[in-house]
Amino acid sequence: MAEHYQVAIVGSGPCGMSAGGRASEQNMSHVVLERTDHLSDTIYKYQKGKHVMATPDILPLRSSMAFDAGTREAILGKWDEQTDKLGVNVRYNAEVTEISGEKGSFTLTLKNGETFTAEHVVLGIGLQGNLRKLACPGGDWEGVQYQLDDPDEYEGENIVVIGAGDAAIENAVALAKNNNVYIINRRDEFARAKDGNRNLIEAAIENGDITCYHSADPASVSPGKLTLTVPDGEAEVECDRIIARLGAVAPRKFVESCGIEFPSKDPASLPELSPQYESNVPGLYIVGALAGFPLIKQAMNQGYEVIEFIRGNDIKPADEPLLEEMFKALPGGRSVDEVITHIRENVPLLRSLTPLQLREFLLDATIHVPNANDVIFERNDYTNSFFMIVEGSANIHIDENDPSIKVTVGVGDFFGEIGLIAGRRRSATVNAAEPSFLLESPRRSMIKLINSVEAVERAMNEVALVRQLRTYLLPSLTDEAIQPVLETAEVRAFKSGKVLFKEGDADDGVYLIRKGSVTVSRRIGGKDIVIAYVPAGHYVGEMAFLTRARRNATVRAAINTETIWLESESFRQMVDASPELRSEVERRLLTRVIESESMHTRPEAGNIIQFLVEQGVGEATDILLIDETLCVACDNCEKACAETHGGVSRLNREAGPTYARIHVPTSCRHCEHPHCMADCPPDAIHRAVDGEVYIDESCIGCGNCERNCPYGVIQLSSGAPKKPGLFSWMMFGSGPGPGENKVWNKANKKEDGSPKVAVKCDMCLNVPGGSACVRACPTGAAIRVSPEDFFSLSELSARG
Amino acid sequence: MHSSILVFRNFRYLKITLAILAAAILAYAIHDPLGKPNGGTWLGYTLGGLSAALIVWLAWFGVRKRRYGVGKLLLEDWASGHVYLGLSLLIVATLHSGFQFGINVHTLAYALMVLVIGSGAFGLYAYMRYPRLRSVNRGEGALGDVWALVAGMSRDCYEIARDLPDEVYTLVEAADKETAIGGSVWRQLSGKDPKCASTRALQQVRDLAERYSGRDADAARRLVRVLARKVELLTRIRKDIQYKALLDIWLYFHIPLTVALLGALAIHIVTVFLYW
Ligand SMILES: Cc1cc2nc3c(=O)[nH]c(=O)nc-3n(C[C@H](O)[C@H](O)[C@H](O)COP(=O)(O)OP(=O)(O)OC[C@H]3O[C@@H](n4cnc5c(N)ncnc54)[C@H](O)[C@@H]3O)c2cc1C
Ligand code: HEM
Ligand code: HEM
Ligand code: SF4
Ligand code: SF4
Repeated sequence: MAEHYQVAIVGSGPCGMSAGGRASEQNMSHVVLERTDHLSDTIYKYQKGKHVMATPDILPLRSSMAFDAGTREAILGKWDEQTDKLGVNVRYNAEVTEISGEKGSFTLTLKNGETFTAEHVVLGIGLQGNLRKLACPGGDWEGVQYQLDDPDEYEGENIVVIGAGDAAIENAVALAKNNNVYIINRRDEFARAKDGNRNLIEAAIENGDITCYHSADPASVSPGKLTLTVPDGEAEVECDRIIARLGAVAPRKFVESCGIEFPSKDPASLPELSPQYESNVPGLYIVGALAGFPLIKQAMNQGYEVIEFIRGNDIKPADEPLLEEMFKALPGGRSVDEVITHIRENVPLLRSLTPLQLREFLLDATIHVPNANDVIFERNDYTNSFFMIVEGSANIHIDENDPSIKVTVGVGDFFGEIGLIAGRRRSATVNAAEPSFLLESPRRSMIKLINSVEAVERAMNEVALVRQLRTYLLPSLTDEAIQPVLETAEVRAFKSGKVLFKEGDADDGVYLIRKGSVTVSRRIGGKDIVIAYVPAGHYVGEMAFLTRARRNATVRAAINTETIWLESESFRQMVDASPELRSEVERRLLTRVIESESMHTRPEAGNIIQFLVEQGVGEATDILLIDETLCVACDNCEKACAETHGGVSRLNREAGPTYARIHVPTSCRHCEHPHCMADCPPDAIHRAVDGEVYIDESCIGCGNCERNCPYGVIQLSSGAPKKPGLFSWMMFGSGPGPGENKVWNKANKKEDGSPKVAVKCDMCLNVPGGSACVRACPTGAAIRVSPEDFFSLSELSARG
Repeated sequence: MHSSILVFRNFRYLKITLAILAAAILAYAIHDPLGKPNGGTWLGYTLGGLSAALIVWLAWFGVRKRRYGVGKLLLEDWASGHVYLGLSLLIVATLHSGFQFGINVHTLAYALMVLVIGSGAFGLYAYMRYPRLRSVNRGEGALGDVWALVAGMSRDCYEIARDLPDEVYTLVEAADKETAIGGSVWRQLSGKDPKCASTRALQQVRDLAERYSGRDADAARRLVRVLARKVELLTRIRKDIQYKALLDIWLYFHIPLTVALLGALAIHIVTVFLYW
């Protein structure tokens, strides 16, 4: 007979453990099933001594267990002690592989075949997933490991690293210092890794520091030996140790196998839950990171709350005070529930959200109550948030030259989507038409929402399309003129490097770039030479369309790009009907012709564009470049950065590639769609009005952004050691002088385990006058450019 | 979009300098003092004051350079003004002295000034010339972690030399242990190391290898290839260090001489007022 419980909790992370604590406190019969042999594996795996932060500060903790900012060790120790004291029934080494049944009688099966039954199940398995294991025969040899804590622990060994991702490369390179290292790559190149890591590993292989087997698959393992299938047969590698870095299997499959539905295939989408965290399977609850709440405190609160809900106790969520505080800005003193209902009624876009989703959405949002004529945002601002009108109305001034041309939007409408989609400057100024109640939602919530609720994506796209056509073609286009084009318009997405159309193809329409950017190239002397770079907000394909000829150039996505495809015939009708549009299209075409002709005679300039695009300039909004013909290597730029940013430079001048005397130092590109933002638990990364991507003080130092940035520009830093003041330096020579931070920082390194946070270039957001690096360059070698400056930049090659 | 300090802002600072010079020369030409022109006339005082102000301003550049994140002007504005106005002193201060040089503290100040300007002029030359050469020497990539590269090559050499006769192995060992990069200021500035152990090893291995045959010859050939690559890399690194040294060395004269100049100038001014 399987053991039976009122509630079975899967996973002992902050949420599962907190749920267990509450259940035990309430004398509910319960079991916590944990895959590993310790509590809270995600936190267990943090770096030794990591300082764990308790964000958001304003959120109260509601749990039977304690949690406060502190070291990983202190927190885990406390939790161990409290689970013990509360008598939480935890089963270790109990990986749940199957959940079946229904409310009242669920059956949970463990990997070892053991089963449990429970009336309710709480799923709190987080997002880390299972490390993928070596599947070949003998893969259970004790010399096989899936993690590497300290590469310096090993010396003089033969070590095989399996995998081709960043983790594998970092391990291999670190181990190669003192060991004989092999790396096994299933493919023939290291395409999945970051540029920096790819260069590292390729150099290491080239120098013979690491031996690489490409296109190789582990066939079998016996103690001390790995057998591989390689393209020309088999190979054997003698080894003392195998480190397999095969990535993790996301928990999604397992979750789906329990009957839980996800709204879309997108990996970022979240399961739909009731306000009580109940999934579409009655009796099966989801909490914590898996439910979309990525912080420890939130997870612990939910663990507590879910037990109360199961006990039939309809408590208010712990975040209620946060909403109350937020809604205080509204006139009329309405209750939280009233406001939420009001929002749901007035904003159709949010109607399809579940109450829990809506709550979470609102917690991330900001409320604005502007008066008539207050500016909400200005044209050319770089902000990327999204606005919804709950009450009142707003005027969108779409024509730069004529402020009287405006579109008025009212209750339930939204705006700001063009900036959100394009990641570029705002294309219009918006102000309140009357006293209003607006909801501003940050980029991350919107992306989550679009990925999780299909209706939102559809509604947004519909409206956005019309507005994008107007914004990018001609603001004064009438609805009637747009209608026929709209009917055939399609959003087409292209992955980085994919071709939109090729030189010599027949004309198939015009592509309006609404996100990303493309390069235009032509075959000259048997080689593809880039002749232009076209960013979002412009169109390509009009040349063949106007001249009714074949494509005379190839257009490729420089980065992941979305276009609005307009069918030729209907577009032609629209152009023919509007002389104004016709001359606009013609004007842009002529500019393009001039540019491309000048590029023709200077293929070197095209190569520079190509190089810069490869360095991520294509998705940059502002990038630091160094003209090597002027740089005297005085490092004053780095010193200025350190001096204006708490002693730690966010820029590495020397590192980074060079082409045609243009050097791209390791420094933030302020991407249109910053990769670093993708997965930041406290949503600490933002974009400021002038495009600066910056990290605020809510950073918890998890390092996700460091991993996600493809350009390696983020570092985790515990801050610079305090240096003696200027006076004592001058009088007594103590400490480093102005600018001399590097050596000082190294010599006075803080001890391991002091809290670290992510730091990166913020384009001197808080320094009056802007970029300290550029301003401190005595020779004018350091410059900041945006993609629009490409052409003038390629002039560099003409000089040099 | 951006330009060197000489053409910066369309020669703004050159224009300012030329205007000052024109005024000074014109005044000197029409000024008709009692006796010989010298520092004691009203024009002498004016030009002296101007020279002193310029020197103090030029010296302040060292402070400004280290005040980060302040000021409306770019540091390049300062640098561009620095070189032009600095050079103009050759004329302004000379006019001030009325070409009256002797063996005294006044002329000492003048001489120091000329030295500072001279070192500055070399610096300017270095700034205009060496970055480009350095960049060309580096080639497309940054040199990267050169130590790791060199160490990697040394390791390869050992690997190959293990199967070769001891005479070769000793050379390889010497090439690894005795090859130095950097070194004394002279060494750095020369950009060469006549006693480079790797270069020596390359030559001698080549000489020895002529006598080898079979597998030994193969290995020796491979060794020569690796050594040649290493020597080539070392040459480039030494050149790189040379350029960097040339970019830096003159400041070791420019700055101390500036300090000396300020001292001498102070004495000059005090003495002329004392002996007035
Ligand atoms: C490097 C890093 C640093 C971070 N720093 C902070 C910070 O400073 N402050 C902060 O608030 N947040 C931080 N976070 C986020 C925080 O770790 C997560 O929000 C939190 O761990 C989520 O808790 P959870 O209970 O939902 O899931 P998890 O903590 O991931 O716990 C899931 C548990 O379930 C177990 N499990 C998984 N599958 C099964 C299965 N099938 N059967 C049985 N058990 C299973 C796992 O072993 C694990 O113990 C950080 C995250 C990372 C990656
Ligand atoms: C406030 C600034 C200055 C004042 C008031 C000043 C004043 C004078 C006076 C009064 C004389 C004439 C002395 C005499 O005839 O015996 C003189 C001469 C001279 N000054 Fe200056 N001076 C100033 C700055 C400078 C500067 C900046 C330099 C150059 C570095 C300089 C270099 C000379 C020289 C070379 C002479 C000629 C010395 C000689 O006659 O033997 N002076 N100065
Ligand atoms: C009497 C005149 C001058 C004085 C007092 C003076 C003083 C200084 C000082 C104090 C610095 C700062 C050095 C540092 O802190 O790194 C400096 C830098 C410099 N000076 Fe001069 N200088 C003078 C004339 C000149 C002239 C005539 C030239 C060029 C023709 C010149 C070229 C430079 C250059 C290129 C720098 C370095 C800029 C940098 O790298 O930041 N100087 N000078
Ligand atoms: S940190 Fe990296 S990903 Fe983020 S904006 Fe900068 S370059 Fe882009
Ligand atoms: S800024 Fe980076 S390190 Fe900091 S919390 Fe966000 S993702 Fe983690």
